Amino acid sequence: MNVRVQIEDFDAGREIAALRARDPRVGAVASFIGTVRDVNDAANVATLTLEHYPGMTEKALEAIVAEARQRFDILEALVIHRVGTLAPLDQIVLVAVTSAHRGEAFDACRFVMDYLKARAPFWKKEMTAEGARWVDARASDDAAAERWRRDPA
Amino acid sequence: MSVSKTAIGVTFEVVYLARLREAFGAAKETVTLPAETSDVDGLITALRGRGGAWAAELAPQRPVRVAINHALAVSAAAIHDGDEVALFPPVTGG
Repeated sequence: MNVRVQIEDFDAGREIAALRARDPRVGAVASFIGTVRDVNDAANVATLTLEHYPGMTEKALEAIVAEARQRFDILEALVIHRVGTLAPLDQIVLVAVTSAHRGEAFDACRFVMDYLKARAPFWKKEMTAEGARWVDARASDDAAAERWRRDPA
Repeated sequence: MSVSKTAIGVTFEVVYLARLREAFGAAKETVTLPAETSDVDGLITALRGRGGAWAAELAPQRPVRVAINHALAVSAAAIHDGDEVALFPPVTGG
């Protein structure tokens, strides 16, 4: 399964080793890990609770990985996204991509992450000293996804 | 799921997520719309007409995202009997 939504933490080293195992075509692995920060929008964050839309989330992530495979010459791609209550320093998300050369791996990894931020149905709720609040979407995240839009030639 | 088509319109499930679920105090409900307004726009207009939190959260300037049967849908997308329609705020994962 190259797309996983789970409560448990992940071991990036082990996941990457499994992703490139027994495939001598792999010459590059690019990965991204998103983690919980202790400050967001000028407030201290005690915990972060991640909600998702079961049934749609996996489909959305699979569609993003499928599009990455179509756009970039990659060998494998993996997305693990955690849900539930997390604390600062915790890992949230892992994206890992293998390819023959670094350019495609870097680009595909960034593409998957940019599309995930704009399209995958996850929502963050922060617990701060002032109480609980839903995190607002950032215009910069839409802009990051928009950069990958293909202009008609 | 088997929802039969009736004379009164189109019947489907609506799921509310994240901030919308809390604001509406409901995770899901069954909604029936007249067949001629059975699309995303028609649903949002009907829900907004309930007033209160519905009117506030679904106000035209508040961004809301809609999925039909687990795929993102545009405002003109048609809704059919037995569909699962989800309303949620812009996503904030990653």
